[in-house]
Amino acid sequence: MALLSRKDSKLILDPLADNNPITIQVLGICSALAITAELKASIVMALSVLFVLGLGNVVISLMRNMIPSKIRIIVQLVVVATLVIIVDQVLKAFAYELSKTLAVFVGLIITNCIIMGRFEAFALGNGVWRSFLDGIGNAAGYGVILIIVGFFRELLGSGTLLGFPVLGNPIEKTGLYAMGYENNGFMLLSPMALIVVGILIWFQRSRNPALIEEN
Amino acid sequence: MSNKRLTFKKRLHIIKHQLRGKKLAPAFNAFHTFLFTPDETTHSGGHIRAADDLKRTMNTVIIALIPVLLFSMFNAGYQYYSAVNGFPENFSVWNDFLTWDNFWIGIIKVLPLVVVSYGVGLLVEFIFAVIKGHEVEEGYLVTGMLVPLIVPIDTPLWMLAVAVVFGVIIGKEVFGGTGMNILNPALTIRAFLFFAYPTWMSGDKVWVYQGMERAGTPDAISGETILGYLAQNSQNEFSYTVSDMFFGFIPGSVGETSTFLILLGGLFLIFSKIASWRIMVSAVAGALAMGLIFNGVVDAGWITESSKFYGLMSFDFWKHLIVGGLAFGIVYMATDPVTGSQTNRGKWIYGFLIGFISVMIRVFNPAYPEGVFLAILLMNVFAPTIDHYVVQANVKRRMKRFKNAVILPKDAEEAKLKVETI
Repeated sequence: MALLSRKDSKLILDPLADNNPITIQVLGICSALAITAELKASIVMALSVLFVLGLGNVVISLMRNMIPSKIRIIVQLVVVATLVIIVDQVLKAFAYELSKTLAVFVGLIITNCIIMGRFEAFALGNGVWRSFLDGIGNAAGYGVILIIVGFFRELLGSGTLLGFPVLGNPIEKTGLYAMGYENNGFMLLSPMALIVVGILIWFQRSRNPALIEEN
Repeated sequence: MSNKRLTFKKRLHIIKHQLRGKKLAPAFNAFHTFLFTPDETTHSGGHIRAADDLKRTMNTVIIALIPVLLFSMFNAGYQYYSAVNGFPENFSVWNDFLTWDNFWIGIIKVLPLVVVSYGVGLLVEFIFAVIKGHEVEEGYLVTGMLVPLIVPIDTPLWMLAVAVVFGVIIGKEVFGGTGMNILNPALTIRAFLFFAYPTWMSGDKVWVYQGMERAGTPDAISGETILGYLAQNSQNEFSYTVSDMFFGFIPGSVGETSTFLILLGGLFLIFSKIASWRIMVSAVAGALAMGLIFNGVVDAGWITESSKFYGLMSFDFWKHLIVGGLAFGIVYMATDPVTGSQTNRGKWIYGFLIGFISVMIRVFNPAYPEGVFLAILLMNVFAPTIDHYVVQANVKRRMKRFKNAVILPKDAEEAKLKVETI
């Protein structure tokens, strides 16, 4: 990547794999469990967090020398809240049905630990460009997991992908359903999201033993 | 000495030494120790020579399950023919129940469930043993027999296979294998099936062979469980007598119906000291206590027939023990030594709550006409907490007794020594 120095590209690539916010730092789990029953909702959630975290990191980084450290949490909250309200309004205006599905979880991006975590840990101490890359990288790491979980949950739970029936019609018994296949209703419940995330963590750790903590 | 003179046992030992260190060694050893005692001993520490190792323990439970399995095979056919032709007028065990026709339905429906359960479960166990390079663990021997007995007879085999893979991996292997699991694997499999495929796990079609196949056709047959019926209807009128319920000539999950044989199995387990009688007795007491409370509520007139809970609440308290899976759950699953409480006082609390909560779930949640598997899983989670408080209470009590003890001057020295060791 000629566009980015090696150090900068590490900011983007690290959170995608070996320092993933969900599977390694175990942050932002609540929304990963709540909205991943459909792939579409996962993708929209991933994009929303990408927007909020990318822009939020830039804003915080710009203001980092002006924020008194005692009230920095409040300032960060104001910044996130502003961005989240923009996302919420845009969704309500252009994708009303989807904003119904996501319901309160768009608003709850404010409390997503990843966002406050990156503000505190990175944007307050780094330049604008690097903060932007860090925000994009972490949001992408979060989004990738959301999309993987959403993919499996929708495929196995409802037999559809993005709303398209890919396995056949369960009522008319076509495709796979003709052979006796049934949708797995457990996949649509939150505990299964936790188990899918757990399996991803297991998979990632067994591929990269350096991630396993010694006790 | 030529190879021909060697006994079968000796030859197996030779193969074992040839395989040592190879990938297949755990797989071979699993079969080997199933048949024979290993020819090696540990090299250090104290030794106890005893025949009841983990495999013998597991085999004892399987022996206790075999009558239940055989009965369930006859019952599968009996329920099927009763649903098709109507219940026989003058029921006689020899002419209507123990017939080849009935047994044949059992062979084509129950046996495949057993084969799939064992085949898939042991395959997963073997794969894990080979990957991790440890010995194959025996834990699945009992689970594999329990699983087919706690599912409806019409469960599709592929669903069972998926659930077994899930249950063995997520319920057991991720925690570190046999002896490390916090949840009973057989019940994990049952819970997975229940939440994943609810239409195949409840209702009035799944309990009879071909029930699902024939649904919606003119030949539709059904056999509703007693609990399912009571959850829907508010009167206590059905054609089954108390002896039907006790001996098990009723629809239900494959092996759960015959309270009589389960009772025999339970006694066998108690006398062979495999299962804890404390858990069984206290669980029965818990179920009776909750049933009595509900009966009392009905007798006091707080619940009228218009209530949707009336049917199950007015059900005689002692009958809760002979319908549904309560007896099976108490005898074979609540007593699992790995996931249950370990302390004696803890066992009383643990068992009592299992019975109590099972009946509570039965009555209050019509979506789960059977609550025993949820109650046992819930108490599995709480078992370590119960044990912790039991042990702490004991420590506290003994400390208090020791402090209050009158110490004679000549014992003072000794007592001081004791305090230091404590």
